[in-house]
Amino acid sequence: MLSTMKKEDIEHLASLARIKLTEEEKEGLVGDLSSIVSYVSEVSEIASDDIDSQPQVGPRFNVFRADEVTNEADEYTQDVLNEMPDTDGRFMKVKKILKAE
Amino acid sequence: MHTVKELREKYIAGELTPSGVVAEALDNIKKLNPEINAYLHIYDDAVEAAKEADALYKEKGADTPSLLGVPVAVKNNILIKGKKATGASKILENYTAVYDATIIEKLRAEGAIFVGSTNLDEFAMGGSTENSAFGITKNPVDPERVPGGSSGGSAAAVAMGSVPVAIGTDTGGSVRQPASYCGVVGYKPTYGAVSRYGLMAMGSSLDQAGPLTNTVADAEMVHNIMSGLDKMDGTTIADDTYPKLETKDKYTFGVPKDFLKEGVDEDVLSAFNAHVESLKAAGHEVVEVELPLFEKGLAAYYIVMPAEVSSNLARYDGIRYGLSAEGDDLLDVYEQSRAEGFGPEVKRRILLGTHVLSSGYYDAYYGKAELARKKMREELAEVFAGVDFIITPTAPTPAFKIGENEDPLSIYKQDIFTVPVNLTGVPAISFPMGTVERDGKELPVGVQYIGPHGGDARLFDVGKAVYDEQK
Repeated sequence: MLSTMKKEDIEHLASLARIKLTEEEKEGLVGDLSSIVSYVSEVSEIASDDIDSQPQVGPRFNVFRADEVTNEADEYTQDVLNEMPDTDGRFMKVKKILKAE
Repeated sequence: MHTVKELREKYIAGELTPSGVVAEALDNIKKLNPEINAYLHIYDDAVEAAKEADALYKEKGADTPSLLGVPVAVKNNILIKGKKATGASKILENYTAVYDATIIEKLRAEGAIFVGSTNLDEFAMGGSTENSAFGITKNPVDPERVPGGSSGGSAAAVAMGSVPVAIGTDTGGSVRQPASYCGVVGYKPTYGAVSRYGLMAMGSSLDQAGPLTNTVADAEMVHNIMSGLDKMDGTTIADDTYPKLETKDKYTFGVPKDFLKEGVDEDVLSAFNAHVESLKAAGHEVVEVELPLFEKGLAAYYIVMPAEVSSNLARYDGIRYGLSAEGDDLLDVYEQSRAEGFGPEVKRRILLGTHVLSSGYYDAYYGKAELARKKMREELAEVFAGVDFIITPTAPTPAFKIGENEDPLSIYKQDIFTVPVNLTGVPAISFPMGTVERDGKELPVGVQYIGPHGGDARLFDVGKAVYDEQK
């Protein structure tokens, strides 16, 4: 089990998590995550190779409801629009995803 | 500050008015908050609500909702429509909630008056409120020390006498541990007893909201208002999901002796042992129990929780709401917004969660941790076949000094007694068991009673007998 993190590992995780890190943050995280990961590896001592049992957190039950709209049209629209960083009328504005070459 | 029960009686008798009490609460906050920083926002519209409550008491007396005119503080990761909901994070600094959390709706329906929002560790991640983006909260008992966390602002709000009730959330001890540090009562319900709709999700399989109060009776009253099935939260449970547990005159308590051997402060341990002796003296039975898996619980918790954190916090993307940083393209906006918006502890947990969920590690970490939870539940069920409650200190130490604890792992270890409760979904209460002396100050320390699933009513019953009646 990997318990020592390298800087490249932190960079990979940061890119998966969509967080830009400074060099200083990366260095701190190498140490922090290494010690935390080696600590949490103790979990294998509780549940070693018990592959027969299925994990289960609480009682399981299905919750059904009719597929119906329960709020009024536009009940929340303006409030939600107000929280958006950038809008154009009833539209949310985002940066382009594809770059034109 | 009066208890909720006293306020209610005096309002009905006309000896106190909601206006008077709410004005007193706001005065207290304005006087003490510059030093303590328990509150992030103060709601001056509480004055208007109090006037309406005055009129209702005049007109209808006892025939009014049960919390009418009672000032309540709310942790700022719980949504109140039209109020700022920051989660103590820069990424939501200017976010206004567009709807009420279910528990807010329920408290409002019973006439509670919200006087302000309380500080927390950013997105409830931490045990000291030192991770808040908006300043540290100080412990009203000793302002050189932390109030605990993550519901540190809520615990401090009650301890400084501003409100009789503050609402917190508890993912791994975040209601109980600050209750212990500040000398108040804190309650973590059976998982599913209280709706999570309108709470900022941290660890969805762990989170529960609970009250911080001065008495167990008040905690019971507020919990009973907040709990119940909710169509907006599919994990809420019905009254009959777990078997009903009758209350008794004398209970059997299990003490996990081995669990207390290491890492517990000596003075905390003596206070705990004295508490155990007092239970025996009161005619309760105390037996030793073994919970070997619970000692490993913390490792499972620091896999499950960050895994859920990394998924839940993916929603803060700088696009739909909250802080949005400038970027060259969409990906850059995500990465810059999250870089600027999140503090160090939140980043640490997101990355840890991303790691344990990433391809190739999932089985070794998350899969194992979920199996560990199942085994812990089995172990717990066996122990509860022989005892009514398990008791431990709430935290291994009293409140520590601000800035004293910097290593993340050593802060995590403060949660050793509280996280197994969330991992297994059982209810637990913390109330003061005494004080320990540090630098000439008497610091409160709490005892934790853990009950079986659905044992909420029984925990309140024993808490009232052991704490309220001896106070």
